[in-house]
Amino acid sequence: MNDIYLDHAATTPVDQEVIKAMQPFYKDIFANPASSHLPGQKADAALENARETVAELVGARKAEEIVFTAGGTEADNLALKGAAMALAEQGQHIITSSVEHHAVLNSCKYLKKNLGFKTTYLDVDQDGLVEPQELLNNIREDTILISIMFANNEIGSIQPIKELAAVAKDNDILFHTDAVQTAGQLKIDVKDLGVDLLSLSAHKFNGPKGVGALFVRKGVELIPQMSGGSQERKRRAGTANLAAAVGMGKAAEIAAANLSKKRKKLISLRDYFISQLRSSFENSKINGPSNDQRLPANINIAFKDLDAESILFNLSLNNIAAAAGSACASGSLSVSHVLKAIGLSKEYANGSIRFSLGNNNTKEEIDYVVENLKEITARLNSLK
Amino acid sequence: MKKVMIAMSGGVDSSVAAALLKEEGYEVIGGTMHIFPDYEEATDREDHCCSYSAVRDAKRVAQKLDIPHFVFNLQEKFQKKVIDYFVDEYSQGRTPNPCVMCNKEIKFEALHRKAIEIGCDYIASGHYAKIEKENGRYILKKGLDENKDQSYMLYVLNQEQLSQTLFPLSEYTKDEIRAKAKDLGFEIHDKAESQEICFVPDDDYVRFLDTNYPEISKPGLILDSEGNQVGTHKGLSHYTIGQRRGLGISMGYPIYVTELDYENNAVIVGKDEAVFSEGLIAEGVNFIPFKDIDGRMEVEAQIRYNSYPVKAYINKSAADELKVEFEKAQRAITPGQSVVFYLGDLVLGGGIIKKSFKNS
Repeated sequence: MNDIYLDHAATTPVDQEVIKAMQPFYKDIFANPASSHLPGQKADAALENARETVAELVGARKAEEIVFTAGGTEADNLALKGAAMALAEQGQHIITSSVEHHAVLNSCKYLKKNLGFKTTYLDVDQDGLVEPQELLNNIREDTILISIMFANNEIGSIQPIKELAAVAKDNDILFHTDAVQTAGQLKIDVKDLGVDLLSLSAHKFNGPKGVGALFVRKGVELIPQMSGGSQERKRRAGTANLAAAVGMGKAAEIAAANLSKKRKKLISLRDYFISQLRSSFENSKINGPSNDQRLPANINIAFKDLDAESILFNLSLNNIAAAAGSACASGSLSVSHVLKAIGLSKEYANGSIRFSLGNNNTKEEIDYVVENLKEITARLNSLK
Repeated sequence: MKKVMIAMSGGVDSSVAAALLKEEGYEVIGGTMHIFPDYEEATDREDHCCSYSAVRDAKRVAQKLDIPHFVFNLQEKFQKKVIDYFVDEYSQGRTPNPCVMCNKEIKFEALHRKAIEIGCDYIASGHYAKIEKENGRYILKKGLDENKDQSYMLYVLNQEQLSQTLFPLSEYTKDEIRAKAKDLGFEIHDKAESQEICFVPDDDYVRFLDTNYPEISKPGLILDSEGNQVGTHKGLSHYTIGQRRGLGISMGYPIYVTELDYENNAVIVGKDEAVFSEGLIAEGVNFIPFKDIDGRMEVEAQIRYNSYPVKAYINKSAADELKVEFEKAQRAITPGQSVVFYLGDLVLGGGIIKKSFKNS
């Protein structure tokens, strides 16, 4: 068996077509899109085409509502800090959830520590979901921004974004969602969802690393987080990463075109994987929501009283790439804030592994991984 | 092919040890422990292990050697078994040796366990010491390099641990290892030695205790041997036996800490001769070439890492206690430190010093 990659929530391989689409923009069409000469105009056209396809992927009315960034983290930072700073005079209170990505959590921390904002972290239920009523209960007079992720990167919980955004709208509060894990797996329509800000990252849907985008609904004001030139309609200074943006555009185009097919494939693989896990491992449980509320690519299983590190490194030595917890600065694992937030007890949380599927995974690979897991867990249990 | 996990700190010794194991034909996996407590600021001083830059260095070496490398999060165990112990000992006026405890409970226990769990046959480290098998038991000897010998820190290892441990540097000197590191193109070949306590990045353990565990420092009295007050102290954890500086007392002659009296929260001071003792009681005893001693035995005993073994006699004084009598009185026998027994280069075992005594 070749190497098996089941960590697509971390990153995905770049699609061949995307690579092909990017190539001319390193050498032939290399000009700065902000330059007024003809080569610059040609580059600008490519950048704007990419913007249009990204806008289409999320159902934005206008391409200008898309701001290219250097990735999902920057998009989240721009959304949170940019909106909070712009609205600081109206209020200082931000609501988010306890299961967000660190790009959101640490942006909130930053706003609190350096600019005196107040933050509320909404609890989630055992499936990792935020209750719209809970959101409503926590809204205050001075609440100016709400940020709830579309789908969770660890346990795959798909939040009721439409309902949550409606609560925000009813109360005249700006609503941001981090949709980094969602693109390529679920349909995103910012009009239907009613969100004001939405973050994307290209490398999570077979685009290149180092490029992302923030959807900013027309009329929403942001204080730019990069000072410099007037690129991206003065919302993100710096010369555009042209080839990467083109790559993101191509990846968005493919993602939109293949969405229902890919989604169906992932769901069928995921459900097969989960059923195999359920029937093979007695002392285990599947973390996260039921299948209809779970990201198509996400599987998260807790092995009771086993150590995720040992399972993961054993898999790794057998050429199977998966993930567990969140990596800290040293690269070691620590129990994730998400598993803590859903109230998972320690004997399960310490043994939780995430598998995330991609386009090229097969049923045979799943079978192979399950067999491997059987051997590994049996050996680890025998060593206890 | 036998699989071995080398404990990599990012330093010269463990890096070369990894290379040597690979040359010997083992299937080598690198393992680095993440034990640094989150509440201590992670400074990136290069001369102590377990910092983030140390992990980076270990990873780079593993990449150069083309071996897998994993970082194991042992923070919680390390806190419980080593740091809590360290703090507790200081709070009781004792001077612990956390490296001894780490070897016993973390490196050759928790990390060893991880090695076995990921399918390794052995754990290896860059210690300068030697393991041999003799008469059905695993024995521990000093490494070839007398100046670098680290057997003092390893007397706590039990038979099971020794049977699954490799010390690839046993037959080398430090200079040879540095030269080898250079040959291998390791950038870390001239990295400074790590001597201090790895979880105290600034090498100031008093600062570490005062910042993180202020409750253990209770000011009290400094007394002379007759019980007369001669000053006040800032908490027992700030002092160690034999210390002369920082007492803030002038008595017309040099005075030294002779005892840390936990029950009365007092620092006892006296003249230099009062710091000498003829013997000690050790607890938590572990023997290596045999299970236990039978009667009185002549040994060479070493009472701290940076000293030399001296002639002494050991004898059981209670179930888990050993009486150690030195031929010549020893200076600053320090409760909490380890006493390690040798016969030449053979490590017989050792224990933790409970108290010293004088023959009077």
